[in-house]
Amino acid sequence: MFTLIKALNQKGVLGINRRNAQYTLWHNKRSLYPLVDDKLRTKELALKAGIRVPELYGVLEVSGQVGSMSDLVAEHSDFVIKPAHGSGGEGILVIIGRSKDRFRTASGALLHQEQVQHHVHEALSGLFSLGGQPDKVIIEYRVQVDPVFQGISYQGVPDIRVIVFWGVPVMAMVRLPTSLSGGKANLHQGAIGAGVDLAGGKTLTAVWRNEVVSEHPDTGNSVENVAIPGWSDLLQIAAGASELTGLGYLGVDLVLDKNLGPMVLEMNARPGLNIQIANRAGLLARLQKVENSISTLTGLEQRVEFAQHNFASEL
Amino acid sequence: MPTKNKVYWLAAFLFTVGVALFLFKAFWLGFPITPDDRSMIWNVEAKVSFQAQGEALKAVFFIPESTERLAIMDESFVSRGYGLNTVEKKHNRQAVWSIRQAKGTQTLYYRVVVMPIRAETPSIKSEKGKVSPHGFSGAQLNAAQSVLALVKAKSADQETLVLELIKRLNNPHPGNNLLLLMGKKPTQAKKAFLAAQILNLARIPARLNQGIQLIEDERKTQLQYWLQVYFVKTGWQNFNIRTGEKISSSDFLTWKNGAGPLINLKGGTKPQIHFSLSANLESALGTAITGSKKTRQQLIRFSLLSLPLSTQQVYRVLLLVPLGAFVLIIMRNLVGVATFGTFMPVLIALSFRETKLLGGILLFSLVVAMGLAVRLYMERLKLLAVPRLAAVLMVVIGLMAFLSVISNLLDFQAGLSVALFPMVILTMTIERMSIVWEERGPSGALKQGIGSIFCAGLAYLVMNLKLMEHLLFVFPELLLILLAATLLLGRYSGFRLSELRRFKVLTKGN
Repeated sequence: MFTLIKALNQKGVLGINRRNAQYTLWHNKRSLYPLVDDKLRTKELALKAGIRVPELYGVLEVSGQVGSMSDLVAEHSDFVIKPAHGSGGEGILVIIGRSKDRFRTASGALLHQEQVQHHVHEALSGLFSLGGQPDKVIIEYRVQVDPVFQGISYQGVPDIRVIVFWGVPVMAMVRLPTSLSGGKANLHQGAIGAGVDLAGGKTLTAVWRNEVVSEHPDTGNSVENVAIPGWSDLLQIAAGASELTGLGYLGVDLVLDKNLGPMVLEMNARPGLNIQIANRAGLLARLQKVENSISTLTGLEQRVEFAQHNFASEL
Repeated sequence: MPTKNKVYWLAAFLFTVGVALFLFKAFWLGFPITPDDRSMIWNVEAKVSFQAQGEALKAVFFIPESTERLAIMDESFVSRGYGLNTVEKKHNRQAVWSIRQAKGTQTLYYRVVVMPIRAETPSIKSEKGKVSPHGFSGAQLNAAQSVLALVKAKSADQETLVLELIKRLNNPHPGNNLLLLMGKKPTQAKKAFLAAQILNLARIPARLNQGIQLIEDERKTQLQYWLQVYFVKTGWQNFNIRTGEKISSSDFLTWKNGAGPLINLKGGTKPQIHFSLSANLESALGTAITGSKKTRQQLIRFSLLSLPLSTQQVYRVLLLVPLGAFVLIIMRNLVGVATFGTFMPVLIALSFRETKLLGGILLFSLVVAMGLAVRLYMERLKLLAVPRLAAVLMVVIGLMAFLSVISNLLDFQAGLSVALFPMVILTMTIERMSIVWEERGPSGALKQGIGSIFCAGLAYLVMNLKLMEHLLFVFPELLLILLAATLLLGRYSGFRLSELRRFKVLTKGN
C-alpha cells in the first residue's frame, strides 16, 4: 500500500482530499461559485467578453411559463432544454427534430408536447439542481457535431474539458458520448474520456468506465491520435473564459460546432479527477509547476504558450 | 500558508486543554475512568402528573422504604405549594400531598438515592414467611385447586412449581380453569395477584409487590410486578411475573407491597407516573478522593452530573453523536466509502441502539427496499418533486406501521422498534437511492446503500461501547480532543484508500 502511495505521489497524482483542501477551497472564492453554477450567468458573462456560446432561445423561470414554450421554439426545429443549475449532465433534453406534433430526441424517442413540458416542470421544481432548490430552464441552440468527432461519438455532442489553473491550461480531455451514456458527454454516465496532448491537440489514451480503451465501443473507430482543429485557439478561449470568473481552479467545457467553431458550453468549479486517468498523468505535478512560475506569466498568450511548452504529453 | 498554521495551533490548543482537564479530573479529583458496577449507587426519580379539577386536592402516593438489601440514603420531594406528610403503614410507606385549591396539569417529583447492600450474610434476620388466606370460594376454589394439581404434577420442588405456574399464567391458551380465574385479558397485576393466591392455597407463603428493577436500561425502567415467594432455606425470593426471571432483592426497589394503584387521588384525574433511573456517579466518586473536596463539589455543580436524571439520559446519547460523526469522517475522507447523506448513517446508528445491530440492519434494509420499490413505480407516474417526496414519506410511515403490526403478530420484539427509525431520513435515503438507481444503475445505488449500512453499523459498534458512553459523559472535555482531531482531518490532503485502487492504473508503465 505504501509503495502504491509513493508511486502515486511520484507521478504527481491529485487526490480528492488534496483537490478540496489545497485547490478548490483555497483558490475558489465561495461567492464566485454562482457565476459557474448558474449556466445562464456563465452565458451572459461569456457573451459580454465576446466569447462565443450556444445561442439562447429563451428562459423559463416559473411553471406558468411552460405553456409559452412552443412560441419560444416555434422557429427552431432542433434545440436543447437544460436546467440552469443541473450538474453532471443531468436533466438535459436534446431535441433533434419534429415529426408532426411530436418532438424527436437525440436517442430517437418521440415525445409528446406534454412529456416535454413535464420534463420542464420537473427541472423547474429542482429535480436536477444541487440541493433540490427551484431552478430555471434554458432553451438554446443545438450544437452540430464537427466532422472530426463524427466517427467517434454516439448520438450526442462531444465536449472538450480543459482544467485551467489561474489562467494556465493544465490538462484537457475530450468526452465522447456512447450508447451507454445515452448520448451524454458525462463520464459518470458512461461516456469515454480521451486525454489530449496540450502541445499539439491530439488525443492520447482513453478511459471508459474504469478501463483503458483505444476504440469507441459503438462505432469501433480509433479514439487515439485524433487531431482537434484550432487547438491553440481552443486553449486561449478556455483560458480567457476562466479569467472572467475570478475562480483560480476551474474546468472549462468547450464544444466544436461544425459551422460556428469553438464555443464555451459551461464551467465547473469542482472538476472531476478522472481526467488524470484519461491522460495517464498527474494533475498535482502540473499544478505545482504553475504555482512556481505564475508570477512570471503575464499575458493570456504567454500562459497558453507556457502550458503547451511544459505540459506536452510524455506518452 | 498562515491559515494552515492557525488550524494546527487551534488543534494543539484544544487538544492540550482537553487532555489537561481530563487528567485533572481523572487523577487529581478521582472521577472514575471506567464504568464500575460494584460501588453503584442509584438515583431514582418518579414524576407524578395528573389533572387537578380546581378544588381541594389530596394525593396519596406509595414510596419505597429501606430493606435489609437496599438502603435508602437520601430522598426528596419537589412539590411547590403542596403540603407534604409521610405516613408509615404496616407494609408500606406513603407520601400524602395536599393543597387547598389546584387547577390544570400538576407535576410532582419524588427522588430517592438507594444503595444495594451486597453482604454475603445478611446482618438482619430475614422476616419469616406466613401463609395468608387465599380468598377462593365456590367454583373459583375448585378451579384453583385443579390448576394447582396440574402444576404440582409437573414440578419437582417449590421453585419449579413457581416457575411452572408463571409459565402457565403467561400461556396464550391457559385452559378453562385459569380463564375462569383471571378473565380473558388479564393484566400483569392480576396475574401476580392470582399467582400469590394459588401459592397460598398450596400453603406456600407468597405475596405480590410492585417496583422497578435497578438496571441501566431505559426500557426496563417501568413499574413491574414481582411475585415474592418464601423459601424455608433461602427466605423471600423475587420472580418476574412475565418472564419468571429471578432477581436479588438488592437489584430491585419495591415501591409497594401488594396490589392496587400506586397513587390515590381525591380532587384530581388521569394520574400518570413516569420513572427514571441512573447510576449515581457522583457518589461513586467518594472512594478515591485525593484533591480538595470543595473543588470537586464546585466542579460537579457545573457538570452534566447536576442535571435532572431524564436530561442526563438525553446527554448520554447526545454526547455519542460526535463520536459517530468522527467515525464517519474517517470512513468518508480516509477510506472513501460512499454513503447517502453526510450524517445519515449516524442517525441510523442511533436507532440501532434500540433495535440492536442485526435486527436494525434487517429492518432498515426491509423498509428501504420496500420504499424503493414504491418510489421506482412512482417514477412512472411522473409526479412533481415535492408531492412525490411527501408520497414516499407517507408510504414509509405506512410500511413502518405495517412492519410493527406483523412483527407483533409473530412475537418478534425487535420489529416493534422500527418506529424509532428517523422516517424523514429514511425518505430522503430512498429518494436519493432511486435517483442514483435511475442514473447510474442498480449497482451504483446498492454500492452506496451498502456503504451507508456499513458505516452505520461501524458507528453503532463504536457508540455502543459502554466505556465510550461513560467516558464522554463523565469527561465531556474529551470532545475537545475529538474536535482537535476533526480539525486536523479537515486539512488532510492525502489519498483516500479507495483512490489508491482508482488511480492504480496511473502507476503502471505506458
